[in-house]
Order: sequence, then C-alpha cells, then structure tokens
Amino acid sequence: MNFRRILKAIFQSQLGPIFALAFILMLFAVADQRWSSGNYLSPRNFRVMMNSAALIAVPALGMTMIIIAAGIDLSAGTALTLCGTVLATQFKYAAVAAGEPGFAWVVIQAVCLTLLTGCLCGLVNGGLISLTKVVPFIVTLGTMTIFLGVGQIISKESTVYADEKNIPEWLSDFCYTGSNSERYLNFGIFPNVPNSVLLTLILAFAVVLLLRYTVFGRNVFAIGSSESTARLCGVNVPFTIIAVYTLAGVFVALGGLMYYANVKNGNPSDGMGKELEIIAAVVLGGGSLSGGRGSILGTLMGALIITAIRSGCAQLSILNTYTHIIIGGIIIVAVIVDQLRHGSPEWFFRLLPAKTAEN
Amino acid sequence: MRGQPILEVNRICKAFGPTKALRGVDLKVRAGEVLALIGENGAGKSTLLKILSGAHRADSGQMIIGDRPYRPAGPSDTRQSGVAMIYQELNLAPELSVEDNLLLGDRGSGCGLLIRKRQRPKVREALETVGLGGLSPTAIVGEQSIATQQMIEIARALVAEARIILLDEPTSSLPQKDVARLFSIINDLKERQIGMVYISHFLEEVREVADRYTVLRDGENVGEGKMEDADDDTIVSLMVGRDVKNLFPTVPHIPGEPWVRVQELTGFPYPKKINIELRRGEIFGIAGLVGAGRTELIRTVFGLDHSSAGSVSVNGKPIPSTIRERIKAGFGFISEDRKNEGLAQDLSIIDNLTLSRLGDYTTMGVLNLKRRKQAAEELLKRVQVKCKASDQAVSELSGGNQQKVAIARILHQQADILLMDEPTKGIDVGTKAEVYQMLGELAATGKTIVFVSSYLPELLAVCDRIGVMSRGELRDIRDTVDWTEEEVMRVAIV
Repeated sequence: MNFRRILKAIFQSQLGPIFALAFILMLFAVADQRWSSGNYLSPRNFRVMMNSAALIAVPALGMTMIIIAAGIDLSAGTALTLCGTVLATQFKYAAVAAGEPGFAWVVIQAVCLTLLTGCLCGLVNGGLISLTKVVPFIVTLGTMTIFLGVGQIISKESTVYADEKNIPEWLSDFCYTGSNSERYLNFGIFPNVPNSVLLTLILAFAVVLLLRYTVFGRNVFAIGSSESTARLCGVNVPFTIIAVYTLAGVFVALGGLMYYANVKNGNPSDGMGKELEIIAAVVLGGGSLSGGRGSILGTLMGALIITAIRSGCAQLSILNTYTHIIIGGIIIVAVIVDQLRHGSPEWFFRLLPAKTAEN
Repeated sequence: MRGQPILEVNRICKAFGPTKALRGVDLKVRAGEVLALIGENGAGKSTLLKILSGAHRADSGQMIIGDRPYRPAGPSDTRQSGVAMIYQELNLAPELSVEDNLLLGDRGSGCGLLIRKRQRPKVREALETVGLGGLSPTAIVGEQSIATQQMIEIARALVAEARIILLDEPTSSLPQKDVARLFSIINDLKERQIGMVYISHFLEEVREVADRYTVLRDGENVGEGKMEDADDDTIVSLMVGRDVKNLFPTVPHIPGEPWVRVQELTGFPYPKKINIELRRGEIFGIAGLVGAGRTELIRTVFGLDHSSAGSVSVNGKPIPSTIRERIKAGFGFISEDRKNEGLAQDLSIIDNLTLSRLGDYTTMGVLNLKRRKQAAEELLKRVQVKCKASDQAVSELSGGNQQKVAIARILHQQADILLMDEPTKGIDVGTKAEVYQMLGELAATGKTIVFVSSYLPELLAVCDRIGVMSRGELRDIRDTVDWTEEEVMRVAIV
C-alpha cells in the first residue's frame, strides 16, 4: 500500500478529530507511564474524563447547531450556571425533604423550571437575533452579562447550597465517577459508565438524526451556508433561527443540571468562560464559524480532546498556567489543520514523505 | 509607435492537479490596440488573466513586457511592470475617497508617507481622462454609481501608469449608455499607446471595441486574426469547436389563456404600479436598462421584496405576499446573484436541488435520503449537469453547470410560473443555447416563464411577448414580432 495515499485519506476523512484524540491519549499515556503514576488510562480516571467531557459536550451539542446555522452563543456559559442556580434554589427552599411524600412533585417542578429557564434564555437570544438582525455575537455578548445578573439576583449574590438530604438520589449519582457500582445504571456491555455520559450519548444520537434526517436539520445547514438562498427557497428563516437557539437553550439547561449534579451547588459566576470551552469543543470538532459546517461526532471528540489534555496535564503535574497555553495552542493548530483539509492544497501533501511515488 | 508588441506571452502552461487549464497559450498585445480574448467558460481565459496579474504562477512558458521577461509574484509586481487589471466585480474600497482609492498601492513619496497634495495633479488628470473631471477627489467611492466606479477603476490604472490594461467583462454590470462611454474611453486609451486585453461574452461588443482577437478553447489557441476579417459564425464555431447552426434554438409552443395576474404591483422605490397578465405556456421577456427595476419587479412578484400596494393572483385567486405562499401557488425564482443568493455554495448539489421542496421525502417528519438522492440524480440527468457526484459541493461546478442546478431546482419544486433574472448571465454560448432550448420545452408543457435579460438578442429570439421597463414602470408590452432592438432601446431610455 501507498503510505502517502493512506496519510492523505486519513487526513481528508471526517475522522480527523478521532485520530487527533487517539494521538493525544497515546501521547499522555506514554508520558504518564514514563514520568508519573501511570494512572492516566485507569478506569477511574477514564470515568472522570468522560464525565468532564460530558459536562462540556451536552451544551456543545446545542452550540454545534447554532454554529452550523452561522451563529454563535456567548451566553451559553452564564445561562448554564443560571439554570444550575435555579435548580439549586428549588432544592434549597423545597417545602418537603427527600423521602417524604410529595417530594417527587418538588423534583419534577425543579427540573421543569430549569429546562424552562434554558428555553427562555435561548428564546431571548434567538428572538433578538432574528427580529433585530443584530449579529449573534453582539446579542449574546449582551445576554451573557444579563443572564449573569439574573443569576446573581436569584442567588442573592452568593453560592446556593441545598441540604444534601434535599437532593434526589438520581441527581447526586448523575455525575458519580467513583468505584461503587451500585450508583451506576449499569446496562449494556460497559460496566460503570457515568449516567452523565449515557445521557450525552443519547442526546448526541438524537441530534445527529435531527440534523440529518429532518427538514429542520437540512434547513439549519442551508441557513448557515447561505441565508439568502434559504429564504429564496421558502425556508422560514426567522422561525428556524429561533428554534435553533431555543433548542440549544434546552441543552444548556441540561448542562446546567449536570453542572449542579457535579458540584452540588449553584454559583452564577461559575459560568463565565464556560462558553469558550463549549465553542472550542465545536471548533475542534470541525465546526466552521462562518456556518454550514459542523459535526456532532466531531464536537464529542472536541470535548474529549479538551478534557484529555486537561486531565493529562494534571496527571503529569503540569502547572495550570501551562495547561491553558497548551489547550489554546491546540485549538489554533486544529483549526489550521482543518482549513488545510478543506482546501487540500497540493503543496501540503508534497511535504508528506513521498518515498513511494504515486503512479 | 502603434503596432509594436508590448506584451508577449509564449507557450504558457498551467495545471491544477490533473486538470490542464492552459496548454501552451500564446498571446501578443501591441501598443495602442485592443486584443479581444474570446472563449467559452473554462477555456482558460480567467486562468491566463490570473497568471498575467500574478495571482497564479505559470508552470512553464514565458512572458515578455517590452524587452524584459515578466514574472509577476503578486499585485505589486504587476503594478511595477505597468500592468493593470480591471475585474468583472469591482475592486474598490467603498468607504474610502476617490483619491485614496486611486492612490491605493502607490508607494507614496518616500518613507511611506502619503502626501495627497503632491499627488493631486496626477489624480485630477486621470479622472479627466476617464471623463470624471467634475468628480471631487474627496468624494466617497461607495456613493458613486456603478458606472462611475468602473471609470474610477480605469483611472486607478492610469494613476499607476499602466501600459497594459486587462479588462475582464467590464460591461457586465454597466447600463447600455455607460457602455458607450466606456468604449470612448477605451479609444482614448488607445491613442495613448496603451495596450489592452478585453474579455467579454458579447460578440457584438467585442466587435465594436477590439482590433484583433484570439480565441481559446480547452486551454489552447484555436484561432486569431483581425476583428473585421471574421464574422460571428466563424468565431462562435472556433469557440465551441463545432458548427453552431443556431445560437437561439426555439421550441414551438402556443400560449394559452391568461392565468396569472399582476395588478398595480408597487414596491419601494421600484416597481411602480405594474400590470401584467401572463398566459400559460408563454415566455414573457422583460427588457430595460440595469437599474430600471426589472429585478425588483420579479422579486416583488415572488414575495422576496416587500410590496406596498397591488396584488398577484393565480387563477383569479389573490396570493398572500410571502415567499412560502408564492412557492405554494407555483412560483419559482432564479436569482441573478447565483453565487451569493441563488445557490448555497458549500452545500451539496442534492441539498441545493431539493431545498425548496423537502417535504416530499418525509414520512412522519423523517427524510428518506435515498429517495431524495434518486430524484435529484434523475433531474441532474434531465438538465445535463456535468458533475462528479450528486453529493459534490455546488461551488466545485462551473458557472454554466451551477446555473443548470438552479434551474433544476425550480423544476424539482414543480413551479409553473418561472421567474428568471438573467438566467444566462456569465454562462458560455453552448450552455446558453441549452438554456433557451429548455425554456422552449418548458413553455411547450404549459409553464409560464418570465425572462429578465439585458441581452436583447436572446429576448427577441426566445420570447413570445416583451415588456420594456424604465424607471420602475412597465412602459410598453408588445408581441415580440412588433419589437426591434432599436425600438426596445428607445422605450427603455425615454
């Protein structure tokens, strides 16, 4: 077989982010074996990584749709913690404690209210964007601080802690990554998969189907690729944009729920900066900020890449400051590689080893 | 010293991957003459221009300017060698002043300092040469008309002291009367011993302005000579490589009863109180100058532009003025801006074809991708789109094939009233003939076609009736046999 041709095929395939992830895992695993405890690929650390990736991936699913539609949502981070805070206050001020009759109703109410908050955040974003025609960057830059402010009003400018007793069991187990296998759902062939990861996979599958097999999904791609063409073809552009942001709001709310399950408190200002992580996951996965391009599988890989690096650096006791620099560098390199992939310039392939000349 | 070659291009070759765009092209431009570069889309004209302007590098061959070899590595080299390029799409910075645009790329007078006052005389002289003596150098370019902007581009070439000017379809966005102005300026430039290469799809235009011609086909020279020695048929058969019997094939069709009615349709600023009755199986042409409101008219009919008064009814039933309702009522629209509006360039051919009627392939909201692909491929075969695969991105197709995809979309949509804005713009002679044929066949099946065009010969050849627009009003509607080119122009200008 032709080495250069295989390289070219890998390079041009949609599987780029998977190879990147495999490469990064391998790199850290080797480094970890050599210089550190060798725990990097242990089941426990793997669970921790998957769980952290899930926390990024769920809101990133919504962000992927937004980015495919040539939008951006800078408010995702603060909206996420706003949802988490809403959930926290519901449990903190719950009239009934866990186990008592009527608690189920409290839980249902709390979860619905959380999802509704996310929806509303998305609706505000989508509504403003499609009605005022102000660019998404500016609109969501504004709502980013608005959601932060609203969260701080709800939390009375502090962190909201609910009594452990008042948190339902399924929720506290949701992001559990320990070794007690009773706290996992445990179905299927893989034991002890965190529930957060299961939810992420189910949601991701749903979004893949939505984007590929529905008229709505194709319309999202069309709007992202050329809004005026979509309009000309009779696509209801304002409705689709509002729907995309609102749906993304639901994913943000689910992200907020997982965030709460993970840290067991609600702090609105925790969300500052989270949106960048979410956007980075989408971009690492091949999403194009100019719209029309993006993949759910890629986004999942993007989220994993970020957590794999973070966890690897932690294992190797690399200082946090350097971790930031490494992640930043990787994002830029990834986007350059992606651009090369889509341009597929001949000169780039000439750089590859050409021992076995093409015939 | 008229007649002395100032630019010589010898055996230039250029390949992009496996496709050979140019295979040894020769070209000679003499001082004070206009050389017409003629060829179908994909013949290699643009590639050659790009090599001349330094955007691409030739794989082999050489170019000589004066007596020095010319190997441009980029726009600044081009400028130094006295070559200027005027593109189809204008290349001016709209927010800057006329003067700043003219001096853009100028090295300044030492230390990169731009002393506008010192350059003023040069700027004024250039403006005067192109007939813009009255234009203030500090005026903002974006506020000028397209025609003026075109002249400013030429002035920029003069400021750069260009001796060779390459013009790529300079008239494609110009109204008729400004075309005459452009030609008189080109004649002035000839007097100044400037050599020009002129690319255009319009043979009659080329005939008016060029002294000699060179025809390219598939990246090779296939003929050259003096303009006055060759008739249109000779040149066209050189371009397409076979005898073209009929540039405007027509299919017999008999218009039926009126069924679409546009009443008092008004938008802001154009159109103004338009009344048309369209018949089944009719090709209705709309002529007029660029800017007369033709595009606005059919956009308003389609519901893309807002209408402030008037109505559109089909079979006596008024149709609400939203795009969705109009599409439902059987309207289909082809945009003149194929690149930005007509097609979503990054999406696949299938996606573009089916976007306006995806509902057909869903069962309970789920798309049947296989059925969609089948339907799309059948349609591609019917309109004869040349493509590698149906899931290829539209941007990889040539202009003519893209246009076929756009037409195929409204066929897929099963539109009965086809509103087409410049459907033959920027496509080659062969494909144009295919489009005319298709329009005739569609009309024969009872579809109504509204055909907006700036190219009068095609309107006169394929339409049943023609309406002429001027300043937003539909001035006169007559059967095509009652029109002549002169008549149309007279109504359009008045």
